[in-house]
Amino acid sequence: MADSLQGPAAAPAAVELRGLTKRFRHVVANAGVDLRVEPGTIHGVIGENGAGKSTAMKMLYGLYAPDEGQILVDGKVCSWRTPQDAIRAGIGMVHQHFMLAGPYTALDNILLGAEPSPSWAGFLPRSLRPVDRSAARARLQKLSEQYGLPVDLDAPIERLPVGIQQRIEILKLLYREARVLILDEPTAVLTPQEVIALFENLRKLKAEGKTIIIITHKLKEVMSFTEKVTVFRAGRVTGEVETAKTSPQELANLMVGRKVVLSVEVPPQPPLGPPVLELDSVALDRRHGKLDGVSLQVRAGEVVGIAGVEGNGQSELMQAILHPRDPGCRSSGKVRVLGQDVTANTTAEIKDLGVGLVPEDRHQEGLLLERPMTENFLLGLQRSPRFASGGFIRQDELEQACRNAIREYDVRPAAIDLELGRFSGGNQQKVVIAREFERKPRFLIAAQPTRGVDVGAIEFIHQRILRARTEGAGVLLVSSELDEVLALSDRILVFYDGRVAGEFKRGECTEREIGLLMGGGS
Amino acid sequence: MNAAETGAWALLIQLAASTLRVSTPLVLAALGGLASERSGVINIALEGMMLVGALAAAIVTHSTASPWLGVGAGMAAGALLALLYGLCVIRLRSDQIVAGTAINLLAAGIAPFVCKVLYGATGQTPSIGIENRFQSGPTWMAFALVLAVAAWLRWTPSGLWVRFAGEHPEALSTAGIRVNRVRWAGVVLSGVLSGLGGAALSIQLSSAFSRNMTAGRGFMALAALIFGKWRPVPTALACLLFGFADAIQIRLQGVVLWGSEPVPVQFIQILPYVVTVLVLAGLVGQARAPRALGQFFDRG
Ligand SMILES: Nc1ncnc2c1ncn2[C@@H]1O[C@H](COP(=O)(O)OP(=O)(O)O)[C@@H](O)[C@H]1O
Ligand SMILES: [Mg+2]
Repeated sequence: MADSLQGPAAAPAAVELRGLTKRFRHVVANAGVDLRVEPGTIHGVIGENGAGKSTAMKMLYGLYAPDEGQILVDGKVCSWRTPQDAIRAGIGMVHQHFMLAGPYTALDNILLGAEPSPSWAGFLPRSLRPVDRSAARARLQKLSEQYGLPVDLDAPIERLPVGIQQRIEILKLLYREARVLILDEPTAVLTPQEVIALFENLRKLKAEGKTIIIITHKLKEVMSFTEKVTVFRAGRVTGEVETAKTSPQELANLMVGRKVVLSVEVPPQPPLGPPVLELDSVALDRRHGKLDGVSLQVRAGEVVGIAGVEGNGQSELMQAILHPRDPGCRSSGKVRVLGQDVTANTTAEIKDLGVGLVPEDRHQEGLLLERPMTENFLLGLQRSPRFASGGFIRQDELEQACRNAIREYDVRPAAIDLELGRFSGGNQQKVVIAREFERKPRFLIAAQPTRGVDVGAIEFIHQRILRARTEGAGVLLVSSELDEVLALSDRILVFYDGRVAGEFKRGECTEREIGLLMGGGS
Repeated sequence: MNAAETGAWALLIQLAASTLRVSTPLVLAALGGLASERSGVINIALEGMMLVGALAAAIVTHSTASPWLGVGAGMAAGALLALLYGLCVIRLRSDQIVAGTAINLLAAGIAPFVCKVLYGATGQTPSIGIENRFQSGPTWMAFALVLAVAAWLRWTPSGLWVRFAGEHPEALSTAGIRVNRVRWAGVVLSGVLSGLGGAALSIQLSSAFSRNMTAGRGFMALAALIFGKWRPVPTALACLLFGFADAIQIRLQGVVLWGSEPVPVQFIQILPYVVTVLVLAGLVGQARAPRALGQFFDRG
């Protein structure tokens, strides 16, 4: 490398990765990654789940040490042992899963690791100097005004909505005077309104001279907010393009390595069968979250989509269907599943009727991240005669089923003994879906089925859901992605404030009409 | 004031003083447990650390006639055992319950062995003269330490790091602080404090080390920690509750409660343990442990 320390005539890149390679036990996560980010720009990084985007950024942030390759910041070769070194060089990162401790205040979460202390305390070792919270607070107030990021610094994190938590993460970087901000899948957890607010903030940051690297899988966002895009596939960079000169289709193809179908191909609807879900004036009266006399029906052979801004009763609806016995989930009203009154049944009994469930938060409700794939696959099936006999698990049978699922659902890496937390989000979701389809459900509940999942996997999951419908199952789809609801549903119910605010048939409505109802208009 | 009233007052004051004294080892060990568990490391080895602390304090006090050196030895012995524990659970990632149990067994085995080697067959150290024993020093220290630990957790960077290490170690790590270093500090501190608690047991509350003299106090300290929701002041109050039961128990030994015979002493002596069980079973309510308690941290 002749030009190792200085680029040619042009200003040096804010950040440059050269031939970065990182191996984990089972996988090569990055194989010779090259990336160049110009100062003062918003740079997109896209790629399928498991493509190695997070790994590359974690190396840039000093969390992982590269096995090979170089990291350059402002044209200078850097090597760091901990994130502290990277932070000092002006690099900051907002992680895909927020790095905030729930019980502690926003202020403490922000100043962690960069605690200011009063000047008189200089004689003490750093770790024992009193924390000067008022100095930190003053600085943060200035920063949040400058960048338009208001937060309540004294609130415990767990009481704040996700959008605000993200704001706190961004403030954390600004507080450390980061010049390069890396955001890993920042929009995966946000509502459409929050996404818009986020990008407004990012534009403001850019105007103040910050460089922003944003990892995402949403092509729409890449197209409208970035200047350049780097595409990852299977641990390599497959393209670095200027946003203005590319198209969503080209990016999708680079990501997946083949032509992908961006629009969903909906097969003809099978004849409608008997109802698989009937709700009659189901109500829930609680301080947070409520249901206000919801009546609806899902019949075999149709997909019913629930649209709405998150927090308008969708989660409560799911809970009422799955835990009708629990007065904390349903105060009144009837629930019938597959023709049977289930108001007195347990969740296990309900699922055994033939219900498949893709839960809205797979980490909390669907998976054990510290356990291997095999055990996760067994969850809820542990009593089925196929996998259990005489009180023992039939290990061979289970492993065989997992291998089949890996093949059929294209789960990567193909390691049935690897703990599930090591899989990427999309691959975790594929494990959930494989498991739930193992039950051959006649009623499928799919909540946020593609949250935190990339294009290739989204296409796959959508096809699966539609295939269940073709095979005669009834599907209840709950999603905060309006595009998804519009593409898959035969009927759409709009939720607002715990009730059904409107109903449409496929093709009988516009995005605008639904958007109005979602916002509480009529 | 009549004689009966004066007697009642005297009894109460005696009971209070006695409560403070017998709570001392509990408070110290519980603070040790707090340092370790808030940083994310379960510590059922408090019992063993107390035991070696008690032993080392008794031996050194007996041979140097200095209780201060004895206390230092107790803390050092506790710290040494804590280093071994840290090696197992932080470095080698063994299961914390299993390793903790092993440490307790090790301590229970070492103590009589050392006694035998040093003093012949007794399993007990020789008695220490009253002039070389503490009267109230460790008690004052214990309660000052409660406030010190509370202030440390709240007001210093290292206190903040300990709390994050137990609650969200990834957040700490991404903030550039090494989680396992913080945990090492927590574990070693737990050894120092439990060792001090053990020293209080052998050279303040009694005049020698005797076999199994901790008698489950390490576990009681853990119970107090849970009852106190892993916070210093409530934890100390819980220790006082257990100490109070212990003080009453001592008071009731040999007293005729009903009929003509005193209640057998063995029944009286279980009182603190019954209180512990009742507290843990009934009163704890929604205690929320540090989120990452018991999980080893791996940087990937
Ligand atoms: N700490 C780790 N240990 C083992 N494998 C890992 C680890 N982190 C990531 N991987 C693997 O490396 C690959 C790339 O992961 P990642 O960088 O998270 O992908 P992306 O962010 O693009 O979805 C995946 O196959 C993942 O399972
Ligand atoms: Mg990622």
